[in-house]
Amino acid sequence: MYEAASVVWVISLPLLGALLATVWRQHAATIGWVSSVLTAGCAIWLLWVVQHAGVQELALGGWEIGLGISLYADGLAAVMVLMSSLVVLGCSMYARQYFRTQRQHELFWPLWLLLATALNALFLAGDLFNVYVTLELLGISASALTALGAKRAALRAALRYLVVGLLGSMLYLMAITLLYAAYGTLNAVQIAEALQVNPLGWAALLLMLAGLALKMALFPLHFWLPPAHSNAPAPVSAALSALVVKAAFYLVVRLWFEVFAPLTTPLLANVLGALGAMAVLWGSWSALRAERLKLLAAYSSVAQLGYLVMFFPLLMVLEGEARQWLFGAMVLFALSHAFAKSALFLAAGILLRYAGHDRIRELSGTTQFLPLTTFVIALAGIALVGLPPSGAFLGKWYLLDAAFQTGQWWWVLVLVAGSLLATAYVFRLLGHAFGHLPAVKRPFVAATQEIPALALALMATFGLGLGAMSLWSWLAHTGTGAGL
Amino acid sequence: MNELLNVLTDALGENLPLWIVLSSFSVGLVIFFVQEGSHRLRTTLNLLAAVVKLLLVGVLIWGVYHGQVYEVRWVIAPNLELLLHADALSMLFVTLSALLWLVTTVYAIGYLEHSPHRSRFFGFFSLCVSATVGLALAGNLVTFVMFYEFLTLATYPLVAHKGSHEARKAARLYLAYTFTGGLLLLVAVVWLKSIAGPLTFVQGGILDSLPAETHSALRWIFLLMIVGLGVKAALVPLHGWLPKSMVAPAPVSALLHAVAVVKAGAFGIVRVVYDVYGVEFAAFLGVLVPLGVVAAFTIVYGSTLALFQDSLKKRLAYSTVSQVSYIILGTAILGPLATVGGIVHLVHQGIMKITLFFAAGNYAETLGIHRVSQMNGVGKRMPLTTLAFTLGALGMIGIPPMAGFISKWYLGLGALEAGVLLWVMPVLIASSLLNAAYFLPILYRAWFLPADPWPDEHIKAQRWETHGMLLWPPVITASLALLAGLLASAPFSPLEWAQLITAREYK
Amino acid sequence: MAGLSAINPQFLYVCAGIFLFAIGLWGTWLHAHYVRKIISLNVMGAGVFLTLIAVAYRGENLPPDPVPHALVLTGIVVAVSATALALVIIRRLEDATDV
Repeated sequence: MYEAASVVWVISLPLLGALLATVWRQHAATIGWVSSVLTAGCAIWLLWVVQHAGVQELALGGWEIGLGISLYADGLAAVMVLMSSLVVLGCSMYARQYFRTQRQHELFWPLWLLLATALNALFLAGDLFNVYVTLELLGISASALTALGAKRAALRAALRYLVVGLLGSMLYLMAITLLYAAYGTLNAVQIAEALQVNPLGWAALLLMLAGLALKMALFPLHFWLPPAHSNAPAPVSAALSALVVKAAFYLVVRLWFEVFAPLTTPLLANVLGALGAMAVLWGSWSALRAERLKLLAAYSSVAQLGYLVMFFPLLMVLEGEARQWLFGAMVLFALSHAFAKSALFLAAGILLRYAGHDRIRELSGTTQFLPLTTFVIALAGIALVGLPPSGAFLGKWYLLDAAFQTGQWWWVLVLVAGSLLATAYVFRLLGHAFGHLPAVKRPFVAATQEIPALALALMATFGLGLGAMSLWSWLAHTGTGAGL
Repeated sequence: MNELLNVLTDALGENLPLWIVLSSFSVGLVIFFVQEGSHRLRTTLNLLAAVVKLLLVGVLIWGVYHGQVYEVRWVIAPNLELLLHADALSMLFVTLSALLWLVTTVYAIGYLEHSPHRSRFFGFFSLCVSATVGLALAGNLVTFVMFYEFLTLATYPLVAHKGSHEARKAARLYLAYTFTGGLLLLVAVVWLKSIAGPLTFVQGGILDSLPAETHSALRWIFLLMIVGLGVKAALVPLHGWLPKSMVAPAPVSALLHAVAVVKAGAFGIVRVVYDVYGVEFAAFLGVLVPLGVVAAFTIVYGSTLALFQDSLKKRLAYSTVSQVSYIILGTAILGPLATVGGIVHLVHQGIMKITLFFAAGNYAETLGIHRVSQMNGVGKRMPLTTLAFTLGALGMIGIPPMAGFISKWYLGLGALEAGVLLWVMPVLIASSLLNAAYFLPILYRAWFLPADPWPDEHIKAQRWETHGMLLWPPVITASLALLAGLLASAPFSPLEWAQLITAREYK
Repeated sequence: MAGLSAINPQFLYVCAGIFLFAIGLWGTWLHAHYVRKIISLNVMGAGVFLTLIAVAYRGENLPPDPVPHALVLTGIVVAVSATALALVIIRRLEDATDV
């Protein structure tokens, strides 16, 4: 029981923080970052627990599984919780200085901690209905955070974001209803065991995939993402692009490889992969054409999510060790993107503050004025292009490797084209850092904001590029794991 | 002395290659944070790192000579490991890099005396050398690819350094070429790895036991790799970036042309042919002849274009295009003597070309001379620099006893041995004539024509013809180029090493 | 025939639920105005809830399954709060003055 507490704490700490920050408004910022630090600590503890005491299953309030709220922590869930908690921690440190008025702090922190709660609860949810609740919580808090931008564009984006989120959730809820009607349970493990191949199962799978594809902005359902992610305040944009879409992706992985494993076919996986490929090409191209930095970052997220889906058709054909490696590489790619993209958005926030705008063509002076911020963008760019050392490089390596092993060489072409486009959009930005301005006196100009961004960027590049070997052993503790 | 070296060898242990890479990498990171005005601190750090690296390389040579095995392994993902090791070929390249880095650092400190963004410059400069040394010490293709990409990243800011519109454009072009090349190399390596497993460099190659049905794939992979590496080695028609990136400051050009970028490509081709495919297996696959033809074409093409350049740096750039392909030509001819010629030219071309670039930089920095047509009579005003330039140029033409003669001699012998004299000899002769045609007029102008007024003299002749930190580096490298030719048969000479490497390849 | 009359109402409810869901989906997609989109979403929600309630039916003499009921209650709470947030944002948008 002592170990199981870690599962509870990673959810209840941020929730507690959110409540305290609501009540005790003048100290919202302090409560916020303290709670983020503690949550990150608990997330490390959780991973340790899963490593040493195995998969944790927990029914809250003593209700039997199937009735109460059940939590389920295996290697994959623990890794995602850790990712989310670390990114949230980085953004929290940044947000302390980012918001200037007390009013902004009071609005931001409760919602922010609620977002963190929803993310962790989603990763640890043991039954499909809990997933629905956490998805809604996530959607509502994310949309409210987007609206903090307070400009008309931000409000419009927030509203669209909310509607799209609700639509996705409704599709998902309908799928749950069908599953419950057929199997009388909502527990993921129990459904996975009982699932049969029939039209009802197919309908449920397709509804869920459609709902989650909408939420993770998979091409061609990505239309809502660029405005929402580019109009929010910097730490919010960072979390939306790095984590919230990743949550939907995580659910797709869980459902695809565990719950619906008997139903999924290589054909369907290839359809998903093809959508992913189009997302890579279209997203990268749009990022290249984007005139604003935050828009560039948002389009690049569309592309990066495309890569993640491209792993699916290859995972369907590979077997044994090679499949485990590829699965780990996919998770690594997701982690790398989470850290890199949050760093990029935080850096963009600093540029935006100093320049007063984020039009790429006119950023030359500001990038030269902020060398460390530019360095963060460069590191994040390395991880987005997939250059060594970065988690994305390893992810792409295994993707290429799997494509050659299975003879599906067309993914190689997509990957090459996507990487070239990514190089182009990253260096279109970095080229501006060289100019005739005199060198600045100090490398740190906005240290309190630059250091968290730098930490995230270093994590995406050197951290995950050279030190990610343990990830595969962590994921070995992935539970029900239909073949994982 | 022996005692001391033994103690050092023991203390540094097996991880020595890692320390060699990190010695410049860590200092590079520190330099980024050095304040722009702290000239002395930055200079100290720079020189300290360069000297320490050279010493570490010395210890490495000593250790390898005494049978110590150096291997650093780091598993970064399942079935994927970084491996740094020291074999004869890596020693050759690592020594060259460490030595020329020290000289270039001194030169760069003098050259950039009053220019802005020196901390940024020297930071990336150090990273660039770390990447080169990492390439040299890479023990498998995975590690090689990672450092190859890292090199691109570290050199991009150096090319863009001046920040002018032209510099940024050149840097963009450089990136477009090298990243495309890097990506193709990556694809090829992953593909090869999926066929052949771990790609550790082994002399004599690792692929000859693969079944015959993989051979056509192996040919495609070879093609991809040569294209990927050929971009940096400036093989025609992949050389477009090189003349354009001449906008970079002179020390960068010197480093790019002599050790870092161009040489990384050539070194990679040598590695792939000798230590991955194995030269005999590559010949069996029939991939060496096309490579040789491309190299031969590049040699003649580069020399021909050099003839028409009035800009001194551009003329040198096209000369590089041509000269680097001697290495590749030597690699493409099957037979030990040609191999010796190719490998030894890796070193010889480096020291000769860096001398020429230093000298060109001195002319520009001291007298504002950028064009060949402005060089009349410069020999009297700057005798030592011009002497160094002369030695480098004569070496490039291949006049004994300069180092370049040794390379060409072995290449010629190799062609004879392999029975391809018929097409290699005309290439060598044509190229040497062209070399003479574009270098000798410069020497004639410099020494024998009366001086015109200098375009923009900013350093007055005092005790020496120019600033000391600019003067001594070319003098030193020119002496090295002379010594490498004169003492070619002495122990530890580049030729000796090249023969050792070759002997192991053809055992 | 007793079996038929026992099944039919449930079947009807499920069909009605799915029909509502489809109408709502259609409406969300079709309408440009956000208030209409929100109403459509609520129609969709009503469809799902109706289906869930129908699923809870276990036969004439058995008590209904409590789990779907709990789900519906939770779902309604979620839907109400989301709708509230959406309406607030719509009002802010109407009031916002900047371009």
